[in-house]
Amino acid sequence: MNLHVPTMAEMKAKGENPEILFWVGCSGSFDDRAKKITKAVVKILNSCKVSFAVLGTEESCSGDPAKRAGNEFTYQMQAMMNIEVLNGYDVKKIVTACPHCFNTLKNEYPELGGDYEVVHHTQLIQDLINTGKLVLENSQSFKGKKITFHDPCYLGRANDVYEAPRKLIEKLDAELVEMKRCKSKGLCCGAGGAQMFKEAEKGNKEINIERTEDAIETAAEIIATGCPFCNTMMTDGIKNAEKEGQVKVLDVAELIANAAEL
Amino acid sequence: MSILFFALIALIGLGFFSYNVWKIRYNINLGLPTDRSGQIGKRLKTMILVAFGQQKMFSRPIPALLHLCLYVAFVITQVELFEIFADGLTGEHRLFSSGLGGFYTFAISFIEILSVAAFFATIIFLARRNLLKLPRLNMKEMIGWPTKDANLILIFELILLACIFTMNGADEVLFQRGESHASMGTGDSFGFSVSSFLGPLLFDGLSTGNLHIVERIGWWGHLFMVLGFLNYLPYSKHFHILLAFPNTYYSNLEKKGKFNNMPSVTQEVKLMMDPNADPYATAPETTPPSRFGAKDVTDLSWKNLMDAYTCTECGRCTSSCPANITGKLLSPRKIMMDTRDRLAEVGESKRKNGIDHEDGKSLLGDYITEEELWACTSCNACVDECPVNIDPLSIIIDLRRFLVMEESKIPNELAGMLTNIENNGAPWQFSQNDRLNWANEE
Repeated sequence: MNLHVPTMAEMKAKGENPEILFWVGCSGSFDDRAKKITKAVVKILNSCKVSFAVLGTEESCSGDPAKRAGNEFTYQMQAMMNIEVLNGYDVKKIVTACPHCFNTLKNEYPELGGDYEVVHHTQLIQDLINTGKLVLENSQSFKGKKITFHDPCYLGRANDVYEAPRKLIEKLDAELVEMKRCKSKGLCCGAGGAQMFKEAEKGNKEINIERTEDAIETAAEIIATGCPFCNTMMTDGIKNAEKEGQVKVLDVAELIANAAEL
Repeated sequence: MSILFFALIALIGLGFFSYNVWKIRYNINLGLPTDRSGQIGKRLKTMILVAFGQQKMFSRPIPALLHLCLYVAFVITQVELFEIFADGLTGEHRLFSSGLGGFYTFAISFIEILSVAAFFATIIFLARRNLLKLPRLNMKEMIGWPTKDANLILIFELILLACIFTMNGADEVLFQRGESHASMGTGDSFGFSVSSFLGPLLFDGLSTGNLHIVERIGWWGHLFMVLGFLNYLPYSKHFHILLAFPNTYYSNLEKKGKFNNMPSVTQEVKLMMDPNADPYATAPETTPPSRFGAKDVTDLSWKNLMDAYTCTECGRCTSSCPANITGKLLSPRKIMMDTRDRLAEVGESKRKNGIDHEDGKSLLGDYITEEELWACTSCNACVDECPVNIDPLSIIIDLRRFLVMEESKIPNELAGMLTNIENNGAPWQFSQNDRLNWANEE
């Protein structure tokens, strides 16, 4: 299936203004695993005929890792450049598949002049299902399968979004099993706060291994996530446990796109 | 004579306590301003749920129930304390009993039942710390004074409760002999729920004269313990019983993921990005000289400092910290304890040597190491766990900001990540022009 990915620049040239901007993020643009998630989101948007566009080469890092690493200068430079671009296109609503971008755009951009309605892709997909635009009828792909959801910190604790991804998993007719640490008590995958880009400090265990053990304990066949960083960390954890054959790590968007046979 | 003595003791006790509270207030006010005004309804609701209602304690039901016994007993016992003050200042005995009648018997009985519950809860708390050695109560940062402090508080509580039962129990036996000074008429018993059984059991063998002495030991003992405990609070983690309320009232009401945008940086960045800005212009004189980020406690906000004095070192934060769970040096509880200890030191030195005095030490370096700071994943687990809404993460980030922006001390990989963002708009070395390539890849 051919992906239809209009850019804001193309739309503007045609005198159009899409309803939603899809903020792809750096992982979603460059990381091979995360690119698949990006494509799954686009497939869903395409199939529901959502009026959207991406910034493409005009997009730049949201600044989240710089801010969490303590470099407020780099963060604000990025934020202000992005805000200039976004405001230039008169963007009103943004969807993103990265909770780090989501949190920064939603909570930290307004004070710098960037005020948008920002939703996580699981929220948008839930909305598409609720309004009947996306139908998952008689989907057999995940019927009865055990799926556990790993809460990304920047989606869950940071922004209190716990329900949207879970509702989507329930829509798959799958069995949602919770880890012993879940929702507001969920354990971090180890990547937040710019840890994704550095080796962990000295300790006796990697955080992602500790977290993957929680997931393996549930005997789930699929670990669902809603964050490209969590996806990487959990995938590594599964490899470390030599469970690649039994357990898959997938983004909720990929589950939905698969179930809808997109 | 005894009225005068009582008044003097009470005055000294309350006066010294007030002085120490003033010192803590002074210390907290050394922090930078942060706006926690407005939204009064929401703030009151948070305080009522989290502090009064202990909402967040109940994610761990066993300690929550034990703590609830102590908390309710503590609050209700204050009724009896009022009477001790009233008796002490008037020279009466059980002043409230004649006016309140049956309700008095009910109130004291209620207090006694709660006190028994509190007594056993305290014993269990001591056992959890010293016999069961619960991991979160026996970590590195708890060695020495913090452990002694915790045990002292529990022992004080046991003595306090023992005084209540000594006082009521001895008075009960006196009353049965018709010798009590209480103006509760005559009868077989006061009818208090616990002491009417416990009193005769413990004190029946004593002579009436000795009973009067024992009763007074209980009464004065209670008073001294209360005043002593009150004055111990400002030196102890136990100060949380007071600060829990304002600290939850001034909670951060924003989403936990939102970190503050530093206005001082915004000003600089705007200048850099403004094509019309004059690069040679002298800085406007209104700009206050400020540090980027925090090196010492005086660079933190007053709320961070209030957090530090509110911490009772329960360690829920640390036991939920992914870094700590996996053996890293970081412990959010230690961050709070270090902040408080350093603040006490800074406050003392500033009061002694003047407000501008610097002692050459700092929170960062002398108390908290870089290794601890770089272990944080900013996951907010510690913030979510805290039963009194303390935010260790905001201190960690402010210290990181100082390290990075003032001292350029940053792990190598992160320096590379920042360079990438600055050069090509992504944390990795990919060209911004390739950002849309995924759309055309198979």
